[in-house]
Amino acid sequence: MSVSIPAPRSQRIDPKYKRGPKSHGSFEKLAWLFMRLSGVVLIVLIFGHLFTNLMVGEGISGISFGFVAGKWAALVWRVWDLVLLWLAMLHGANGVRTIINDYAEKHATRAWLKGILYVATIFIIVLGSLVIFTFDPCVTGSELAQCL
Amino acid sequence: MSKTSSGTLYRGHEGMWSWVGHRVTGVAIFLYLLVHVLDTAMVRVDANAYNAIISTYQTPWMAFGEVGLVAAILFHAFNGVRLILVDFWKQGTKYQRQMLWGVLIVWVIVLAAFTIRHLSIALGGH
Repeated sequence: MSVSIPAPRSQRIDPKYKRGPKSHGSFEKLAWLFMRLSGVVLIVLIFGHLFTNLMVGEGISGISFGFVAGKWAALVWRVWDLVLLWLAMLHGANGVRTIINDYAEKHATRAWLKGILYVATIFIIVLGSLVIFTFDPCVTGSELAQCL
Repeated sequence: MSKTSSGTLYRGHEGMWSWVGHRVTGVAIFLYLLVHVLDTAMVRVDANAYNAIISTYQTPWMAFGEVGLVAAILFHAFNGVRLILVDFWKQGTKYQRQMLWGVLIVWVIVLAAFTIRHLSIALGGH
């Protein structure tokens, strides 16, 4: 037995059921979506990073200043590492933020832990970006042929 | 919410343990990432200082640490794909348990391949 319910004729929607243009939940929804989108991109970026640094050639034994300089001579690896840095830090920071929200019960503890997290995250992102943008193959101690 | 709540969908089974594993590996990877950016930043300071720091990663004991790190990354990556399927695929919640076994099988295979290659380089004596 089925019951048919006619469509509401009144166009009025009670204001309490309306979602405001800036609802409180939109940030959390965007953060949730970001974790999934950045996660997919990070799989490609990190697998590529691990493969080129650890699996081919001499692997970890071949990593040195010269190896990094050789890689960053190509723009594609600078962009690769920059995007990897930003996405991994933001993905990780948001994950730790979620964990702090779950386990730190006192408001002050939560605020402190998240404050430390945000400062550390911004510091690492800025530092890492500067290192990539200002990389100098002829820095102090470099023995690359073009620097001697 | 009460800490002693019970009877939720995942509690105590594969779903809960994969969630625990995802959190633990996520935090471990994040902590390593902080250190990794700091050690790589040495390329901007002094080439010899960078080489000295990198050489601490090139020891037999650290080779096992690197296998542990990659084990964490691979689990987090494959279980992350499962998580996305649970969220976006219609049948995702129905097959979440089977997908975890799929994750573990792929994880063992890829980790075994990585471990053989990495340890033969790191312990092989170049």
